[in-house]
Amino acid sequence: MFDNVWLIPILPFIGFLINGLFGKKIKNETVIGTIAAGAVFGSFIVSCMTLYKLLSLGSEERLAEVKFFSWITSGTFNADVAFLIDPLSCIMIMIVSGVGFLIHLYSIAYMHGEEGFYRYFAYLNLFTFSMFLLVLGNNLLLMFVGWEGVGLCSYLLIGYYFHKKSAGDAGKKAFVMNRVGDFGFLLGLFTLFWYMGSTHNVWTITFSEMAKTSHLLPTGGVVTVITLCFFLGATGKSAQIPLYTWLPDAMEGPTPVSALIHAATMVTAGVYMIARMNYLFIRSPETLTVIAVIGACTALFAATIGTAQNDIKRVLAYSTVSQLGYMFLAMGVGAFGAGVFHLMTHAFFKACLFLGSGAVIHSMHGALHHAHSHDDAQDMRNMGGLKSKMPITFATFLLATIAIAGIPGFSGFFSKDEILWQAFSNPHHGSLNILLWGMGAIAAGLTAFYMFRLVFMTFFGECRITPKAKDHLHESPLVIVIPLIVLAGLSVVGGYIGIPKVIGEVLGGIPNYFEHYLDPVFKYSEEYMSVHGAHGGIHNIALEWGLMGTSVLIAIIGITVAYALYVSNTGIPVKFVAAFPALHRAVYNKWYIDELYDFMIVNPCKSFSQFLWKGFDVIVIDGAVNGVAKSVMALSGVFRLMQTGLLSNYAWSMAFGVVVMLSYFILK
Amino acid sequence: MSNILSLTTFLPILGVLILFFIPKESKSVLRGFTFAVTLVTFLVSLLILTGFQTNAEFQFVENVPWIAAGPFVMRYNIGVDGISLWLVILTTFIMPISVMSTWKAVEDKVKEYMICILILETSLIGAFISIDMFLFYIYWELMLIPMYFMIGIWGGKNRLYATMKFFIYTMVGSLLMLVAFIYLYMIGSQAGIPDFSVLHFYNLHLDPSVQMWMFIAFALAFAIKVPMFPLHTWLPDAHTEAPTAGSVILAAIMLKMGTYGYVRFAIPLFPEAAHRFAPLLATLAVIGIIYAALVAMVQEDVKKLVAYSSVAHLGFVMLGIFAFNVQGMTGSMLQMLNHGVSTGALFLIVGFIYERRHTRLITDFGGLAKQMPIFATMFLIVTLSSIGVPGTNGFVGEFLVLIGGYESELRWWTVVAASGVIFAAVYMLWMFQRVMFGELNNPKNQKLLDLDAREIAIMVPLLLLIFVMGVYPNPFIAKMDPAVKKLVSQIRPASMDAAAKALAAVPVANAAESNETSEQNHTGMPAGHPVIPHEGQSTSPAINPHEAK
Repeated sequence: MFDNVWLIPILPFIGFLINGLFGKKIKNETVIGTIAAGAVFGSFIVSCMTLYKLLSLGSEERLAEVKFFSWITSGTFNADVAFLIDPLSCIMIMIVSGVGFLIHLYSIAYMHGEEGFYRYFAYLNLFTFSMFLLVLGNNLLLMFVGWEGVGLCSYLLIGYYFHKKSAGDAGKKAFVMNRVGDFGFLLGLFTLFWYMGSTHNVWTITFSEMAKTSHLLPTGGVVTVITLCFFLGATGKSAQIPLYTWLPDAMEGPTPVSALIHAATMVTAGVYMIARMNYLFIRSPETLTVIAVIGACTALFAATIGTAQNDIKRVLAYSTVSQLGYMFLAMGVGAFGAGVFHLMTHAFFKACLFLGSGAVIHSMHGALHHAHSHDDAQDMRNMGGLKSKMPITFATFLLATIAIAGIPGFSGFFSKDEILWQAFSNPHHGSLNILLWGMGAIAAGLTAFYMFRLVFMTFFGECRITPKAKDHLHESPLVIVIPLIVLAGLSVVGGYIGIPKVIGEVLGGIPNYFEHYLDPVFKYSEEYMSVHGAHGGIHNIALEWGLMGTSVLIAIIGITVAYALYVSNTGIPVKFVAAFPALHRAVYNKWYIDELYDFMIVNPCKSFSQFLWKGFDVIVIDGAVNGVAKSVMALSGVFRLMQTGLLSNYAWSMAFGVVVMLSYFILK
Repeated sequence: MSNILSLTTFLPILGVLILFFIPKESKSVLRGFTFAVTLVTFLVSLLILTGFQTNAEFQFVENVPWIAAGPFVMRYNIGVDGISLWLVILTTFIMPISVMSTWKAVEDKVKEYMICILILETSLIGAFISIDMFLFYIYWELMLIPMYFMIGIWGGKNRLYATMKFFIYTMVGSLLMLVAFIYLYMIGSQAGIPDFSVLHFYNLHLDPSVQMWMFIAFALAFAIKVPMFPLHTWLPDAHTEAPTAGSVILAAIMLKMGTYGYVRFAIPLFPEAAHRFAPLLATLAVIGIIYAALVAMVQEDVKKLVAYSSVAHLGFVMLGIFAFNVQGMTGSMLQMLNHGVSTGALFLIVGFIYERRHTRLITDFGGLAKQMPIFATMFLIVTLSSIGVPGTNGFVGEFLVLIGGYESELRWWTVVAASGVIFAAVYMLWMFQRVMFGELNNPKNQKLLDLDAREIAIMVPLLLLIFVMGVYPNPFIAKMDPAVKKLVSQIRPASMDAAAKALAAVPVANAAESNETSEQNHTGMPAGHPVIPHEGQSTSPAINPHEAK
């Protein structure tokens, strides 16, 4: 049935091998780019076929596993290299291959003339391969391979401009923070495997078997431990509090990389993982609360930082952290489908935004270069008025911005609203729900504000670039523009496959296709919930409409404020900064979290290690070792004196010995 | 064919005999010949691999009388089983690579150097295949001598200190082991054991207190060799002073003597004592993992950093061994091989840049990736393997060790050890970044040449193994699996079996109860139905669907 599914990851892997091994000799950028993008396009075609086949099955039968070979077998442990095809993995491969292909295409023009052109595409293909492993793996360990693989590619691509120290640092930071998460992932895996094995004799890490045996798990207790461990893994990969600080730094990588890895695909892996194991997470109310609270806090916290950044990519980076927070909020309130839906719409509009910003940076960079200016091409304070220079980029960017801001009719609205409503009405968190909703709603307002601030600063007003450079600003080539248009289109219409029920009913009973499509994946959670507290939660249509209206209103306020501050009355932000210098400094410096981590963890760790080496290893241990050696030498120096070679000395000592022995026996 | 093991062991010695007749001026002949000898040895050893039957028994056994001195009967008794098989292959595999690696680095006393390497090879293989404990001891001591000279003659500035330290450290342990061997033999001969074959002694049920002292002696000897914290300080010195080939052999093979000693001797001979000391040794292993990682992080010398990383890696091996279960033991065995491959490769890498720049200080480098792209790629792959990124060999071993440890009584130790994966990433990537990334601003580095054909040829087999063992480790596991399973069942002490039986016998009263509930689970509800687990029942019985209906 799904015999050719292996092609999906293998094609990009072949692309990686070709470009990685021979790219340097190939040299021709078109060939290299075509191989890389073509490979991913091939994956996209096969993904489409896979999805088509899956849809042709009845909704109960939409689960298939394709085994290739046994990977690690030892004792009770077994992990196969095998793929799981179900609605969730299908939607993921569609996103990864579809968005991935567009970004590959875009990169051909964006990376034109770069020294390591082949290296870039090799890494990008390797990333795509790993991402496919992550979402297709039918067991935890294969997922972990992809999980680490994408982290590795992220490291390599962040550090793509490795001659810059900041790039190297950022790559390392990303890798290490992800490793902290991986530590959690592994512990979760171990605990689950050990618990199910030792108490129920179920030794498995295969998702389908885990799902079938999930009824053996208790509520809370060990499941809380397991899920919290996994969630730690998710916070690393998906940049949530407390492990989010690597993502803004990751913007050191080329912009398409930010679009693909640090917005559309890799960073959503944590969300995917929770959705994949929803039947575990639903069994721990404590973990759900933690996830919901962390998600909401991250959404809000990152949004505040986003309001004060001047680097166009950094704004988008914090926006990504914030939007990921929404997805986790969805997971934490048990709205797995809504979370995955937001994952998808976010992939569309955020990829569009990043690619759009890339087009802007590219154009700015070229213009500044021509003018021999050393101004920062990413600083929005140097931009302005670009809408006439780059009309298509502007239009697509604006559409995506409207989508992320949550204006009705655009994709972001449907998914975000669904999450906010579920946050308010879910049966898991009692009175905490209002707070969760409130934080989400405020973050939505902030999102609308900082995104429109970005749009106004970049595309509206006067052009602040040096006049000499201004004439060199231009619209990007087709290869860059086409992906923008496609993604902007998806940002607009992508939401209509998941119209919330209340709206669907008004529109004449349109069902929420997306939710129905994902139903089989969350079957076990649904069953669990139908037993445990199905009667919790709120079902009030009027209230739902009311909240929807409120969140839209908040978004509009955000936009209005942004307009007021950055278009009609540009003096206010300056005055505001002058009035609250400390607040602005704190927000601008990301609340000093990096400094806090350095102070609390990194520096103590370094000095402690220095102490262990120079204090303990060298002085204590080697001191003891050399001390023994020295005392042996000293002692033998003493003994040496006794071997005088004089017979009389020996006779004396013999006599002394005899006396001692005799007196011992006599006195005894 | 029947004495293929002896052939493999003594081919290098045969080579030594011929080396004597090659004039010491013709260095390339000496090198070429030695390389040929090690290569042939490797090819011959492949016959062992292909002829090996996947079972738990010793194979290719040769057992002939050797020395009979008074009450002591030593036999030339050798063989391989699943545990030693891969270590033998690893040895013969690493040797040609090490010979190749010193093609240019050693110009002085080439003949003596090659003789040392070949004697070393014989003693290493010999030790792995010895069934007779006395024979093992002979090889164990023999290998010290060539290594002593390799560090002492062809080493760096501080070589005398390092080589003395190495020698005395190991000697102290060996002597303890010798005393224990003799004592063990005395007890054995009273019990009617005719010779030194370790197989006889496995069945000797010793008094726990005797076991304890014997175990301490063995454990100390092997712990020094591993080396375990806090007996590790000879290693960084030995490594930094040793020539590249010395480091490679030391790290890749010789350290495995220590862990192998635990697996072959210390634990199966004295299982109860091993269980008793497991918490202590696991603690030292875990301290070693974290401690060595932290110390590695702040090293200024690349080679020293790699040396400390060895200590951390071998900590994982020790942890896996003391998990006393199949996964842990398999993971440890794999990790021994993996460490041989990836740390061997790391020392080669360090050797490459040392030969070019005659410095190993991290601060002397930076930005090499631009100048040496092939080197950079290989270095990166080896680094990732050392970190244990999935897809490379390092991951499989580490993972099995950790999962085995987690299932065993060493759960909390394992949790701490697992955090080692974070530190490994920190020190390796930080070092990699400082050496390879950044601006190429040191003028001396701007003229560096990328790897030449010889150097690439050395690295390629190692890199291939890194991926093969990472992607398809099952053939490696399959060969060792029966032996590992046998070992694991063998080291479950008799008293524990009894205790397990007692435990199984006691809760008869509860048995009826548990039968009832399990029946309910199996028959009362269809598969996949959300059954409320037992734990849940007591807290929320009201929402049981069946009762509610």
